[in-house]
Amino acid sequence: MKSKKVATYGLLVALAFILSYIESLIQIPFAVPGIKLGLANLVVITALYSMGAKEAFVLSLIRILLVGFTFGNPSTMMFSLGGGLLSWALMSIFKWSKLFSIVGVSIIGGVSHNIGQILVAIFVVDNINLFYYLPFLLVSGVVTGTLIGILGAMIVKRIRNILR
Amino acid sequence: MKQITEQQKRKDDTSNQLIRKQDIILIGAVLFLGLIVFIVMQITKTEGSKVKIFIDNVEYKTLDLNIDMTEKVELDNGEWNLFEIKDGKVDMLDASCPDKICVNHKDIHYNTEDITCLPNKVVLKITGGEENEVDAVAN
Ligand SMILES: [Zn+2]
Repeated sequence: MKSKKVATYGLLVALAFILSYIESLIQIPFAVPGIKLGLANLVVITALYSMGAKEAFVLSLIRILLVGFTFGNPSTMMFSLGGGLLSWALMSIFKWSKLFSIVGVSIIGGVSHNIGQILVAIFVVDNINLFYYLPFLLVSGVVTGTLIGILGAMIVKRIRNILR
Repeated sequence: MKQITEQQKRKDDTSNQLIRKQDIILIGAVLFLGLIVFIVMQITKTEGSKVKIFIDNVEYKTLDLNIDMTEKVELDNGEWNLFEIKDGKVDMLDASCPDKICVNHKDIHYNTEDITCLPNKVVLKITGGEENEVDAVAN
């Protein structure tokens, strides 16, 4: 059981790495520089449902640090931290409430990931105008959140079978 | 017996269904919030009259949008950003940053708009007439 868990960690970190690499190739044309789509949230939600909130938190941190040092710079890493921690917290609360399915939890993760990033960005470049990107970031959070939720449900089903 | 377990299973499947009513409500609420913010933005935005340049969060200079010009911001660390003011609009022409996101950004002229070059920490920010009056009072 324990070695299976370690293997799952390794698998998810690898998946997060690939997703973050893909993400670094995609530039959102009219969004804030350094703001990411949040594809790697797939890994966090998978960990949240197949292992637990604590494991999802550890995985978020590993991912952000590893990816930040590889593909990013200090600013983008701070954005990721802001987005990653806020989305982990809200996803954990939403899952715990049992009101929403994995898709709903993933949507709140996507949306809060974007809000967290922009809050840090407003602080870092001291520019309240960044707030005007909010409508776009809310919509993109819903779209990516829905897709990631559906994908996550399929992955969780398979991983649960392995962990069992 | 087998029938009961199958019924039970079916019931579990529906309660675990992929998208629930609450999820749809959540999507609706988020999109509604986005729409409200968008409408407020559209109502409050006005044509700007000046562009403020910030370097590393510090105000560097303010230029008039009515005077066409090209300006190069050169930083102490050798990095630079080249932008132009033309027909009341500001556009980043070129920059030394690796991502060139600021260069690809469309030109700006509303008082809600800005171009941020994150690697160089250079921000071009449009300000309007009303905001300048407030600034004048504050100063
Ligand atoms: Zn730039």
